[in-house]
Amino acid sequence: MMLPDELSSLYQEVILDHNRSPRNYGKLDAPTHVAEGFNPLCGDQLELYLRVRDDGTIEDVRFEGKGCAISRASASLMTEEIKGKSLAEARDLFSKFHSAVTSDSDRMVDTGELGKLVVLLGVRQFPTRVKCATLAWHTLEQALNGGGRVTTE
Amino acid sequence: MPMSLPEVTVDYDVERIRADFPILGVKPYGKQLVYLDNAATTHKPRCVIEEMSNYYATMHSNVHRGIHYLSEQATAAYERARETVQHFIGAARREEIVFTRGTTESINLVASSWGGANLRAGDEIVLTVFEHHSNIVPWQLVAERTGAKLRVIPLESDGSLSVERTLDAITERTRIVSIAHVSNVLGCIVPVEILIAQAHRVGAVVLLDGAQAVAHCSVNVRQLDCDFYAFSSHKVYGPTGIGVLYGKFELLDRMPPYQGGGDMIRRVTFERTTYNELPYKFEAGTPPIAEAIGLARALEYLGSIGVVAIAEWERRLVEHCCNLLAGIEGVHILGPQSDRAAVVSFVADGVHPHDIATFLDREGIAIRAGHHCAQPLMDFFGIPASSRFSVAMYNTPDEIERAADALRKCLYVLR
Repeated sequence: MMLPDELSSLYQEVILDHNRSPRNYGKLDAPTHVAEGFNPLCGDQLELYLRVRDDGTIEDVRFEGKGCAISRASASLMTEEIKGKSLAEARDLFSKFHSAVTSDSDRMVDTGELGKLVVLLGVRQFPTRVKCATLAWHTLEQALNGGGRVTTE
Repeated sequence: MPMSLPEVTVDYDVERIRADFPILGVKPYGKQLVYLDNAATTHKPRCVIEEMSNYYATMHSNVHRGIHYLSEQATAAYERARETVQHFIGAARREEIVFTRGTTESINLVASSWGGANLRAGDEIVLTVFEHHSNIVPWQLVAERTGAKLRVIPLESDGSLSVERTLDAITERTRIVSIAHVSNVLGCIVPVEILIAQAHRVGAVVLLDGAQAVAHCSVNVRQLDCDFYAFSSHKVYGPTGIGVLYGKFELLDRMPPYQGGGDMIRRVTFERTTYNELPYKFEAGTPPIAEAIGLARALEYLGSIGVVAIAEWERRLVEHCCNLLAGIEGVHILGPQSDRAAVVSFVADGVHPHDIATFLDREGIAIRAGHHCAQPLMDFFGIPASSRFSVAMYNTPDEIERAADALRKCLYVLR
């Protein structure tokens, strides 16, 4: 089915696939870090569970929650990307991802550093949907900073 | 498709109405605009835009105090606007019409002023589950101040109010019942007459939140016998920034002022200040003059087409919409099916409302997705959000079909 270009860049097949069958979905046993993310504007909500080893490596990460295709796919992709990374690497990836999705849509982005996350760059043409793509990452930051609830809008 | 179009009424010329709304010519992403977010705000006919522009070009001045030509003109126009509102909703006296910033401020005024003066610990404020946040939070604030309690009438599983549970909730402890005349999510027209009679029987007063009602059904406050009625101009084809609080004279007269400032006083000294008469006691500061004039023009325009004719047209659009949505697999319409005014909210299996809204937006179709400022109602249905199509006098069956087609396409792609 033919879609307008921006729509097909937003809803790429990879995103639809991660939305239909999110990876690392569900609760995690014995997590070391937990946080809840909430977007009061749209009601999107997710719980993020991490198990971080003493050496600072993210051993496992899982999530649960309700949300739109973009926020589910973003959370799913995030868990794949950060699993096995150090906390410092995960934070660095968030900062690169954040500046990429909040940049002007015509700006060139160094996609090499973003891995699979590049499929989310389509949100740049949809300013109202950027929060959907970053909710999981803000929740990650919250979890690493002591947990609790983070709200974005 | 085996759907029957709404019958064309000879006296309802939707194309002529559409020609009065310049914004309908906007082409989002090069597509013909289909505006189905009318419960959020309605568009303005050219006559309203021109009336306000003309006011600024020929008449603008401050009201009620200037001893000069322009001020007299502006004051007369502002007070004429009040009378237009009075007659439109069938109020007995012009003093019963207070201009506010909108429905939200109207409700806050009653909660703060009437509630502050009349509520005591243990008194009950009766609401329903489907109230808009603006008819919940002001009552929570005054309940905290006074020790009064909120009592929420439970809904039936389809989201409707049963007479029995409504009557049960309104008791001798009830001081005020504050309820939407039409739900902004379910679109149901609430059978308020029974509720008002019961409230009066126990000595309570009733506020109706008419934000979603005035543009879509005939409202006569004297026939309803409600004590307060609140609505916003921008949802009845008028400008933003102004709304109306109707209150029965005896009630408003006994209430303390809401805000202090110019225009609401008679005499100010540091020892003692006396307040102005109604309605000025509740209109502190320079009022939204151009907006009042714009609102009056919008109501005249609405009246010239006829609320009854519009309601009938919208009823057919809504019926057509419900029929089309019911034919799409995995789409569930929220709320009772009968007595629905202008609003159809729904959820679709497997696809989030925000994805639907983004998808439709790129087809030029404006809808609303989210909790619609009614989180308790979303909780009641166990959903985080829903999508909403809401119609106005200028929508057409063809637009409803375009929206339904786009929804079908969206679900096919995203599922």
